[in-house]
Amino acid sequence: MKAIIDKEKCVACGECVEVCPVEAIEIVDEMAQVDDNCTLCGLCVDACAYEAIGLPQVQTAETDDLESYKGVWVVAEHHNGAVHSVSFELLGVGRKLADKLKVELVAVLIGDQLQEGAKKLIGYGADRVYLAQHPALVPFNDESHANVLTELVKKKKPEIILAGATAMGRSFIPRVAVAVETGLTADCTGLDIGDDGLLYQTRPAFGGNVMATILCPRRRPQMATVRPMVMKKPDFDSERQGAVENFAPSQKAITSRVKVLETFTQEQETMRITEADIVVTGGRGLQKAENFKILEEIALLLDGAVGATRSVVDEGWMPHSHQVGQTGKTVSPKLYIACGVSGAIQHVVGMQGSEIIVAVNKDPSAPIFDVVNYGVVADLFEFLPALVKKIKEQRS
Amino acid sequence: MHVVVCIKQVPDAKNVRIDPETCTLVRQGVESIVNPHDWYAVEAALRFRDEYGGKVTALTMGPPQAEEALRETLALGVDEAVLLSDRAFAGADTWATSLTLARAIEKLGPVDLIICGKQAIDGDTAQVGPGLAAHLDRPYTTYARRLELLNEGQLRAERVTDLGYEVVQMELPAVVTVVREIGDPRMPGLKHKMKAKKKEIPVLGAAELDLNPEEVGLQGSYTQVVKVFSPPPRCDREMINGEVEEQAEKLLKLLQEAKVPGL
Ligand SMILES: Cc1cc2nc3c(=O)[nH]c(=O)nc-3n(C[C@H](O)[C@H](O)[C@H](O)COP(=O)(O)OP(=O)(O)OC[C@H]3O[C@@H](n4cnc5c(N)ncnc54)[C@H](O)[C@@H]3O)c2cc1C
Ligand SMILES: Nc1ncnc2c1ncn2[C@@H]1O[C@H](COP(=O)(O)O)[C@@H](O)[C@H]1O
Repeated sequence: MKAIIDKEKCVACGECVEVCPVEAIEIVDEMAQVDDNCTLCGLCVDACAYEAIGLPQVQTAETDDLESYKGVWVVAEHHNGAVHSVSFELLGVGRKLADKLKVELVAVLIGDQLQEGAKKLIGYGADRVYLAQHPALVPFNDESHANVLTELVKKKKPEIILAGATAMGRSFIPRVAVAVETGLTADCTGLDIGDDGLLYQTRPAFGGNVMATILCPRRRPQMATVRPMVMKKPDFDSERQGAVENFAPSQKAITSRVKVLETFTQEQETMRITEADIVVTGGRGLQKAENFKILEEIALLLDGAVGATRSVVDEGWMPHSHQVGQTGKTVSPKLYIACGVSGAIQHVVGMQGSEIIVAVNKDPSAPIFDVVNYGVVADLFEFLPALVKKIKEQRS
Repeated sequence: MHVVVCIKQVPDAKNVRIDPETCTLVRQGVESIVNPHDWYAVEAALRFRDEYGGKVTALTMGPPQAEEALRETLALGVDEAVLLSDRAFAGADTWATSLTLARAIEKLGPVDLIICGKQAIDGDTAQVGPGLAAHLDRPYTTYARRLELLNEGQLRAERVTDLGYEVVQMELPAVVTVVREIGDPRMPGLKHKMKAKKKEIPVLGAAELDLNPEEVGLQGSYTQVVKVFSPPPRCDREMINGEVEEQAEKLLKLLQEAKVPGL
């Protein structure tokens, strides 16, 4: 199968030839022609200004009894019982989906001693919480948690499952998807129910340069992960009522072939970049490790996090956990301030989903200014202290 | 020890840029490169072999040109390479990809360790590693930054988590995905480069893997792309001029008007 050219619409402009990463398109007799190298990546579909290219859709028989699957689930993540904010954010979008489908919104908690967490999930919108508890489920273990969730899914048959695209979610949810034989869409930024009742999952691909809408038409549950900070957290209602139901996983499920021997939590003074509303990132323009103190000061002042470019990490000025970009982390905070960052595409793909982007750079032609909302051409060593001063003045 | 390293050829993001005048994305001469994360997987595999003996096989599923990617790994000292290529594989989602790779690994004879990159930069899903482990029904761990073989075929791994790191242990054969801290990829050596040019690379299709065309590629995928479009461009750029004091004041005001929390 390969991309389909609409012969009526193709004007042989050659844009698709340019963007095809596998050189599968040629212009033959004033018409784009696709050969067998095509991987159906979809880059040409978006590049064609004439909407002359489409991807084939396969019509295969439904392989599952789709009707018997009901309810929207949020797999709640927690660290030692404290529920991660991404789970509350998912309850926000989950509520909308459940209301549209007129079904229950359910949260799933796996671990031990989780009653408090269950209450919180109800306060954020869950109608019901499934609690799968056993001492053997602590600490978190990919295999046993995947087993337990798989058992629960097979028994209760939800229609939709949402989970956080955190290190934890990305690690064990794919195993569940394969175990229950269904599709999984990673890192969705938009979720909606279509007129056909299906879950329309929109996500960035190719580093956010292209968006794709994805369906899982013939299997259930429809599964999606969502990054932290992408969906809005709903208001907490301490009066809200919901059911808490215990689920006893089998002995087999709670046994894992992987032993977790030790876990270390690294204490950080500032927030983690994937969880902060504000990320202040420093590039090579910061010149040396000590200068990151300036950024840390701003981050503490604004309750934000400090990001870094790869060059900075390569220099050893900041640890890799702070790196934003293609080979680092993808962040989408409310505010991203890039200081002394040139704006290489490998960096930009990790932050272009931010709501507001500000750049401070002394070179007015730096490519970072192509992606900003607000650009400041200035020496960061002058500008940042001035900004800190202004903020402090206003606060006092 | 037989280590299989899974690599993927992906479009390079380098040639994508935003035209500030028209606010549209410009993609020119998009080339294919080896997924940058997979170089760390290759390095991890080579280090494992160098330390504990055995051989490394690089495996990829892709169009015929993905052979180039495999040759690049051979130039680093990978021992064998296998290309999974078939028209029917096109459009595979992570389910179909991990199923196809799993079948191939079963055909490769006894395999002790399977190493994947953290994620591929095109789809960014990080699903193939764990999916592979599920299809093969093997223990696995993700985001490993250190791998160590203990006595009696036990693998100990140090893995990066959102909060710090942890140490896990499992029995081989196992599947791991690795991160950059595993170590910088080596440079191609002259001897390996020569060999890489000549090395025979077997190409396997669906039939050789005993897979039906309905089980692979787009047909075998549970997810389907129904729409591809450009993200809304950022077209409201505003440059803030003046002396630094003035710039700081103006920026702060704009951010406060935009109701950025904490400002
Ligand atoms: C496969 C691959 C993956 C990559 N992945 C990533 C990734 O994940 N993340 C990432 O960030 N990069 C990544 N890169 C690297 C990327 O291409 C760039 O090299 C890198 O982002 C540049 O970092 P920088 O902006 O800090 O440095 P530079 O490009 O050196 O830019 C420094 C900027 O600071 C400005 N400046 C200097 N002094 C001052 C001052 N006093 N005041 C104000 N401005 C000043 C300069 O004008 C310049 O624009 C990757 C590259 C490759 C090939
Ligand atoms: N087509 C493929 N061929 C071989 N390995 C792959 C393929 N797709 C993904 N992988 C491996 O799986 C990892 C994660 O990919 P992904 O799940 O697509 O983000 C990559 O880093 C590769 O190691």
